[in-house]
Amino acid sequence: MIVAKTGNEAMAYAMKQINPDVVAAYPITPSTEIVQIFSSFVADGLVDTEYVAVESEHSAMSACIGAAVAGARAMTATASQGLALMHEMLFIASGLRLPIVMCVASRSLSSPLNIHCDHSDSVASRDAGWIQIFCENSQEGYDSVIQAVKIAETCYLPVMVAIDGFILSHCMDRIEVLEDEQVQKFIGKLKPNYSLLDVKNPITVSPACLPDSYFEHKRAQAQGMNDALPIIEKVIADFAQAFGRNYPVLEGYRTDDAEVVVLVMGSTVGTARIAVDEMRLKGEKVGMVKLRFFRPLVYQRMKERLGRFKVVGVLDRVESVNSYVSPLATEVRACLYDVNPCPLVPSYVYGLGGREITPDDIMAVFDELLAMNKKGKMKDEVTYVGVR
Amino acid sequence: MTRLKSWKELPCGAILTDTKAVLENKTGAWRTKRPILDKNKCINCLVCWIYCPDAAIKVKDGKVVEIDLDYCKGCGICADVCPPKVKAITMVKEEK
Repeated sequence: MIVAKTGNEAMAYAMKQINPDVVAAYPITPSTEIVQIFSSFVADGLVDTEYVAVESEHSAMSACIGAAVAGARAMTATASQGLALMHEMLFIASGLRLPIVMCVASRSLSSPLNIHCDHSDSVASRDAGWIQIFCENSQEGYDSVIQAVKIAETCYLPVMVAIDGFILSHCMDRIEVLEDEQVQKFIGKLKPNYSLLDVKNPITVSPACLPDSYFEHKRAQAQGMNDALPIIEKVIADFAQAFGRNYPVLEGYRTDDAEVVVLVMGSTVGTARIAVDEMRLKGEKVGMVKLRFFRPLVYQRMKERLGRFKVVGVLDRVESVNSYVSPLATEVRACLYDVNPCPLVPSYVYGLGGREITPDDIMAVFDELLAMNKKGKMKDEVTYVGVR
Repeated sequence: MTRLKSWKELPCGAILTDTKAVLENKTGAWRTKRPILDKNKCINCLVCWIYCPDAAIKVKDGKVVEIDLDYCKGCGICADVCPPKVKAITMVKEEK
């Protein structure tokens, strides 16, 4: 069925079709509508979910953790300061290997106060042990939430699905939604291995693991993320086969004969596609690579796919204060460390606090990258696109 | 001493479904103060049993029979919640 929905409406609709056992949430711009709309589904009796209206995002994640430990399918949504307030509990959710799914409408972090899009919130959660999906459009957001449930419950890892705040969350788009039964069949029933409420089979949750065992648990958790990629790719393939929409972890756009590419996450992928088309009309052999998963980092794929280009301009919608290059560029450089010859990897920080990024901006980036390719060296390590 | 497990042998998410492992870990060794129960004073109100954060107050047929020193960490909550007119539990330093 084809419908007109905003990104938030699409995410809420995916949650309705998933029909989770528990949703605990505290509203925050620009993700407010996701849980607001979902709460109306609860009030109208359209879902079986226990909705917990909590007093903060810290409590929202805590309630999701409690629910997941009890064997429930638990979900929430947040953004920005809310995600920051959850920070402590994000590590507990992942450390306990709980399959919680969270929708994020990406937004900058204060201060100064700004409610608009950048990836500061999700990227600041990078080390929390969550799978992180960045979506190009609301269709991918809707589909990713459904995939996320399957991925989380197979990997025993929590998943956050990020749509760009306002750019996707508040813009109406054409969305193809699935039937409720199709979603239910795809995600299947949650089969918990234990439940905290099962008093006949008591469990110990989050025991003290002192210097003699904490290290081993963290090593095992790292392996959980290392092992996630084949599971993720199977879920993506199953989804593509069932519903005809394919979202690879790393996608090349017009890269076959390209020497110069940009690497992009989130809604700017769509903008970059237009910029690539425009550059191609001018006869420039440029392309774009879309990265869908920031965690797990698909480093082997990145090495294989990006290593053959001459210049990889990395577009990052986040400022990681005083890092040598921006967060994604740091990862790309690490992945390409032993590739010889190694591409030039300049870092471009753009769009902070919702600053608009246009095809023209990206075409200007391409012009710089092409000049670097000609000279065989970088102009600057980090460029702030359009900053005054 | 038993061999410590490798990371590949540990339960996923450190969630222990085998509660025997908890019993093997004699946490009473953490104690610096020991509760002494005077059974002549005890009125078996079981308030200490309710409040004990572990399960160290052993009760049989509605009566406190002993404090399990294998797991009692000496927090002293039992002595604190014992009714003032009863005061059946006193905390003494382990070295005494």
